[in-house]
Amino acid sequence: MIRNLDMAPSLPALVIGLAVLASFAAQMRARAASGGDLRNLASLPGPHGANAFLSVLVPAIASYAALSLVRLIGDRQGVELLSAHSVPVAVLVVAALGCGGAISVSTARFRARAAFEWWIKSLLIAAAAVAVLTTLGIVLSMLFEAVQFFQQYHWRDFFLSSKWSPNFRGNSALGILPLLWGTLYISFIALLLAVPVGLFAAIYLSEYAGRRMRNVAKPLIEILAGIPTIVYGLFALTTIGPVLRDYFAQPLGLGDSASSVMTAGLVMGIMLIPFVSSLSDDAINAVPQAMRDGSYALGATRSETIRQVVIPAALPGIMGAALLAASRAIGETMIVVLGAGAAARLSLNPLEAMTTITVKIVSQLTGDTDFASPETLVAFALGLTLFVFTLGLNVLALMIVRKYRERYE
Amino acid sequence: MKDIDVIERSRAGARQKISARNVQVRYGHTAAIKNVSVDIAADTVTAFIGPSGCGKSTFLRCLNRMNDTIDTCRVTGEIRIDDEDIHDPKVDPVQLRAKVGMVFQKPNPFAKSIYDNVAYGPKIHGLARTKAELGDIVKVALEKAALWDEVKDRLDSPGTGLSGGQQQRLCIARAIATAPQVLLMDEPCSALDPIATAQIEELIHDLRRNYCVVIVTHSMQQAARISQKTAFFHLGSLVEYGDTDQVFTAPRDSRTESYITGRIG
Ligand SMILES: Nc1ncnc2c1ncn2[C@@H]1O[C@H](COP(=O)(O)OP(=O)(O)OP(=O)(O)O)[C@@H](O)[C@H]1O
Ligand SMILES: [Mg+2]
Repeated sequence: MIRNLDMAPSLPALVIGLAVLASFAAQMRARAASGGDLRNLASLPGPHGANAFLSVLVPAIASYAALSLVRLIGDRQGVELLSAHSVPVAVLVVAALGCGGAISVSTARFRARAAFEWWIKSLLIAAAAVAVLTTLGIVLSMLFEAVQFFQQYHWRDFFLSSKWSPNFRGNSALGILPLLWGTLYISFIALLLAVPVGLFAAIYLSEYAGRRMRNVAKPLIEILAGIPTIVYGLFALTTIGPVLRDYFAQPLGLGDSASSVMTAGLVMGIMLIPFVSSLSDDAINAVPQAMRDGSYALGATRSETIRQVVIPAALPGIMGAALLAASRAIGETMIVVLGAGAAARLSLNPLEAMTTITVKIVSQLTGDTDFASPETLVAFALGLTLFVFTLGLNVLALMIVRKYRERYE
Repeated sequence: MKDIDVIERSRAGARQKISARNVQVRYGHTAAIKNVSVDIAADTVTAFIGPSGCGKSTFLRCLNRMNDTIDTCRVTGEIRIDDEDIHDPKVDPVQLRAKVGMVFQKPNPFAKSIYDNVAYGPKIHGLARTKAELGDIVKVALEKAALWDEVKDRLDSPGTGLSGGQQQRLCIARAIATAPQVLLMDEPCSALDPIATAQIEELIHDLRRNYCVVIVTHSMQQAARISQKTAFFHLGSLVEYGDTDQVFTAPRDSRTESYITGRIG
């Protein structure tokens, strides 16, 4: 244990030390091989040094990552495939091999520039791989837990039941339908507000507003986009909710709750307006001025030009904006907690309290949780469903954008 | 033939379609057009020639007030079309542009199908009462622009997917489908092969019977072939303006002579 403690922090220092050493040694060897005239070298000493540095560093990091993964998999299976302190030793061996190898290849004929390019490319590929593998890792970990859930709870009861009443003493009803309904209903209202208003704002800003107006309004909208959603949630809780209750729900006899689908939907819509408007604005601005000129020159008015020339040309971008907004709406949590309440309910009345998948994920995982009971594991099944939903939306967005690209570019 | 043209025109000499007086254009602080006055006759093809950057496109855009769409651009002076001042507050630029069509220097098809590109103008101006009529307008316009045979089987595919020369002809078709009285053409043949160029020149020749055509061209041969009047621009000024025959055979200004013989520009 003690060995482990003082070994681990010094490992990075050792590897970097080796890398620096390799770099200097390789440069010196290259210089020596040149016999005083650098023109005799296939590559200058600089690239020799850089190549040697990366030849130590990259394999060391890669082997550390690989060995840690092996340990992780072993732990999951409950066997120790590798002991904890064998990892630093192995990494040091790899680093030393890299160091020796890089120094020994640094001869006059060695094309260190090409080798360095190869390392750079590998690093870039590694960066891309991190992004992809993380996504994969997230999906796999969710899948793992979700499978456990479905072993204890029948999938038909989960996907097709309209009753949600978890009970931590067992015998829960865990039907997703009321949550899914709440999610879609609230998102629908949010988009109904955000897409037209956002789009119209973008059209106004890019086609009608003067430069001074644009210079004031655009940053303001961007600020709006940067407000944390919890602040919007507070706005829902203290302002929109009570107003809707006192002026609509109660007088119309549609309920007496400040938390409602309408409250959350409207506030979420307000949150999404700047998002939709700035993405649509980009799409509209990308339409070439020459296309507008072509329309004006035919004697079209401004609104004819916008409706029939600019919007069709910007449509892929606008569709993309709407679908991205939909993904965000479906994944939003804070506004719903504070605006729509926590009651799982299947109802058409928009002034009644309902709740969403995200809210229930949070509530199932907070407090005393037992990670083996279906009441807790259901959160992962919910999360996976949500993931599949938003993934589907994003794929759809990509497909639409690509289809129009092909047609109009 | 040419002689008859001249006689005809001198008889109808009073039929001026466009008359510009002391037109000046500046982009910000730089003057692009300096004090240009010119009369352009109806039923005539007028060619604008001159070296690159001398202001031909700029002056052309004055005639349908397309310069309004450029923030930094200021046009002063008087331009009358059919004896009506086009800068009069009563004149709606939208109406003006329906009457004065334009083909741009760079092709700018809409992100719509080939059919809709051409049908757009007739639709917004209500030129067709039925779908069939609209189809006819589109067909005739595409035929005149020498594009029909190439696109008749794919009227639904996007106009932006055509080749550069095809796009240019599509824009010509689009402009004539709206049936303007004046047609401003900014280097309409710059991306066309000799065959398509000949077809467009034929179109211009036909259009002349009913329209006033103003064409910018860098081809002296083309100007000589198709125009009856030629205006030579240089550094934002109108240097010489007269019958095409006279400008090309006996230019009055030395700069014109240098240009058409290939010494400037
Ligand atoms: N939008 C604009 N903003 C600023 N300056 C411009 C603009 N358009 C044209 N100019 C300037 O005005 C002058 C005349 O340009 P114009 O396009 O009318 O030339 P042109 O005679 O049509 O040339 P070309 O034969 O190359 O088409 C040029 O000096 C050009 O730089
Ligand atoms: Mg030009």
